Amino acid sequence: MAVRRLHPEQPTSFEFTPENLAWAQATMTKYPQGQQASAVIPLLWRAQEQHEGWLPEPAIRYVAEMLGMAYIRVYEIATFYTMFQLSPVGKIAHVQVCGTTPCMLRGSEDLITVCKRKIAKTPHELSADGNFSWEEVECLGSCANAPMVQIWKDTYEDLTAESFEGVLDAFAAGNPPDPGSQTGRRASCPSAGPTTLREYATAMPSAAATQPAAVETSLVAEIAQPAAVISDDAKPVALEAPRDGKADDLKRISGVGPKLENTLNTLGIYHFDQIAQWGPETIAWVDNYLSFKGRIDREDWIAQAKALAAEKSD
Amino acid sequence: MLADKDRIFKNVYGFQDWGLEGARSRGAWDGTKALIDKGHDWIIDEIKASGLRGRGGAGFPTGLKWSFMPKNDPRPSYLVINADESEPGSCKDREICRHDPHLLIEGALLASFAMRAHTSYIYFRGEYIRERERFQAAVDQAYEANLIGKNNVHGWDFDLFVHHGAGAYICGEETALLESLEGKKGQPRLKPPFPAGCGLYGAPTTVNNVESIAVVPDILRRGATWFASLGKPNNTGTKLFQISGHVEQPCVVEDEMGIPLRELLDKHAGGVRGGWDNLKAIIPGGSSVPCIPGDDCDELTMDFDTLSKHKSGLGTAAIIVMDKSTDIIKAISRISYFYKHESCGQCTPCREGTGWMWRVMERLVKGEADKREIDMLWDVTKQVEGHTICALGDAAAWPIQGLIRHYRHEIEDRIDTYRANHAEAAE
Repeated sequence: MAVRRLHPEQPTSFEFTPENLAWAQATMTKYPQGQQASAVIPLLWRAQEQHEGWLPEPAIRYVAEMLGMAYIRVYEIATFYTMFQLSPVGKIAHVQVCGTTPCMLRGSEDLITVCKRKIAKTPHELSADGNFSWEEVECLGSCANAPMVQIWKDTYEDLTAESFEGVLDAFAAGNPPDPGSQTGRRASCPSAGPTTLREYATAMPSAAATQPAAVETSLVAEIAQPAAVISDDAKPVALEAPRDGKADDLKRISGVGPKLENTLNTLGIYHFDQIAQWGPETIAWVDNYLSFKGRIDREDWIAQAKALAAEKSD
Repeated sequence: MLADKDRIFKNVYGFQDWGLEGARSRGAWDGTKALIDKGHDWIIDEIKASGLRGRGGAGFPTGLKWSFMPKNDPRPSYLVINADESEPGSCKDREICRHDPHLLIEGALLASFAMRAHTSYIYFRGEYIRERERFQAAVDQAYEANLIGKNNVHGWDFDLFVHHGAGAYICGEETALLESLEGKKGQPRLKPPFPAGCGLYGAPTTVNNVESIAVVPDILRRGATWFASLGKPNNTGTKLFQISGHVEQPCVVEDEMGIPLRELLDKHAGGVRGGWDNLKAIIPGGSSVPCIPGDDCDELTMDFDTLSKHKSGLGTAAIIVMDKSTDIIKAISRISYFYKHESCGQCTPCREGTGWMWRVMERLVKGEADKREIDMLWDVTKQVEGHTICALGDAAAWPIQGLIRHYRHEIEDRIDTYRANHAEAAE
C-alpha cells in the first residue's frame, strides 16, 4: 500500500477535447450495456494524458459524471492505481526508474543516483526548470533488458549510468533517442545474436519498416556521442558508391540490421570484402564510432564478412 | 535443445513482420476453420491430452480449467486474457503481444469457441502501452480480414476487446483482474464462487495467461501428441524462459520444459557471469518463489514438479540469476519492499505483515537486529502465508522463507559484524 493524496493546487475545471470525447464515447461501447464503469481506467488515463501527464481532481469528477459513477468510486480508483500521477510531473519527461530486484541486480541504483543528481533530490519533485521529474517504480516487465526506465509511453533499456545520462540530455535537447535497447540489440535477443531460429533473424521483410518507431531498436543515441580519442587515420576505406552500383546485403552479417546497414553505407561501406579487410585499428575506430563496446569482435563481423565475400566470389 | 521446427514462437525478437501477412507466413491462421469444425469438446479434449499447464504461474491444467465452464447457461460466457505481466523477472507476454500477436488472437478465438464464449477481453498492464498499441493494430487487422467479428469466416461470432490497467501488480490475480475490469479497485474476491461459475459481470468466465492461449493454435494444428512428446510427463511442451540478472546475455528464449538449468543458461544466456562456479543462487520462477542456492543447481531441471520438490516453483519461468557478488539479503529485501508496495490492503495479515516483514528485512540487511528476530520473522511469514484471500500474502512470505532456509548463516554473520563494529564504536 502506498499513501497517495491529491495535489493541494488544482485547476478549476476539466473537460475532454472533442477528439478525446469521441474516443471516450467509443471506448464505453466496448462493455455491455449498464457496465460502462468498466471504462473508468482508460478514461482517467486519457484525461491524464490530456492534462500534461497528471490527473487533476476536476477530471476525476468529470469522468465520474460521464460514467454515472459515484465520485468516491472514481476517486479511489485514482488513488489505488499508481500510474495515475496526482501531482504535476516534468513537462519534458517524467522518468520512471524500475528499481525491483532484477533491475537492481544490474545497476538500477546507479540510475537513481543520476536522477537525484540531474533531476531532483526526491522522487515526484520537479526539477528547478520544471521540465523533469522522476520516481522509482516497481517491476516494469522488461527484466531481460535491465536496467531500464520508462518515459511516457516508451521504454529505454539496457542502460548504464552514462547512457542514461545521454538519454536525459537528449530529451532536454528536444531530441529524444529512439526507444528500446540502448546498446543496439533487438528486443530481448541475446546480445551476441540469436541462439535459436537464426534463419528468421536474417530475413527482414519490408513490413518491418512500417513498425511504430517505439519498438525499433536504434543506435542514434550512441552515434550522437562518439568519443574522439581514436585517430581518424584508422577510419575504414570509403567508397563513393557501391561498385557496379550494386551494394552487398550487409544485413546478412549477423548483428547488422537495416539501420546499421544504412549507417555503414553512409561511411562508404557497401561490400563484404571491405569489412573483411578491416584491421584491429579500423575495427577499434568503427567500434568507437558506433559506441559498440566490442560488439564487432564479439559478433565476429570480420570472419562473417570473409565467408560472405568468399561465397559471393564462388 | 529444442529443434527449431518445434518452436511455437518464431518471432520472439521481432526480426520479422508482426502483421497478418508475416504471421500467416509463419503458419498462423492456417486451417483455423477446420479446427473449429471439429467442435467445442474436441478442442477441450485435445488441450487436456496435450498436458498443457497454465503459463501464468500456478500451472493448473488448462484443458481442465476450460471444462469447468457451464455448457447450457443463459448468461454470456467470457474469456479474459491476462496480460497484466507484473511478476518481477517476467517479460515473455510482452514479446508475444508485440511480436507474435496473431498467435494470441487466433488462440483467443479457438479458446473462446471451445468455451462457447463470443466475447473476450484482454487486460494489459498499464505500463505496456506500446505493446497494447501493437496488439490493437493486430486485432484491427484480424477484424478487417474478417477472421474475427460478427459473421466472420470461421462461423463463430467473436469479439476481442483490448482493456488496460494503470499500475497494480495485484490485478494479475484473476479475481482482482475481474474487479478491475469491472471498474473497481483491484482487490481479489473470495473463492468460491470461482470465475467459471460467477466471473466477469457475474457471468461464467475463464481467465488465462497470454502464453497459455497463444500456444493453443499450434497444439491443435500439430496435435496433442506432438506437444505431449516434448518435455517431461506432467510437464509437457515448450516454454518461454526469461533469463535476467547476472548472466552474460540476459534474454527471452523458447525451449523445452524440463531443460536442465545449466544448459539453458549456457546455451542461450552466455552462462553465469564469471562462470558456473560463480553462481550464488537463482530465483527460478519470478520473485514470489523461494530462491535455490547454486550448490543445488547442478542437476536442476526447469519444470513444475522438479522445482516444487526443491521447495520452489516454476512460476512464470522467469529466472533471476545471482552471482557471488550479490548481497542476497538485500536482493530479497527489495522483493519484500515490492510486496509491501503492491499489497492491495484488503486483508490485515498482508497489509500489515508485508510492511512489518520489509522493515525487519531492512534491519537484517544492515545486521542491526537480534538473532532471535530471525525466528520471529519466520513465524510472521507463517502467520501471513495461507491467511489471506489471495496468494499475495504467500508470495511475500516465500522469498523470505527461502532466504532463512538457505542463508541463515549469512544473516547471522552480518548481525555479528554489526555488533563487532558497534562494540568498537562504543569503546
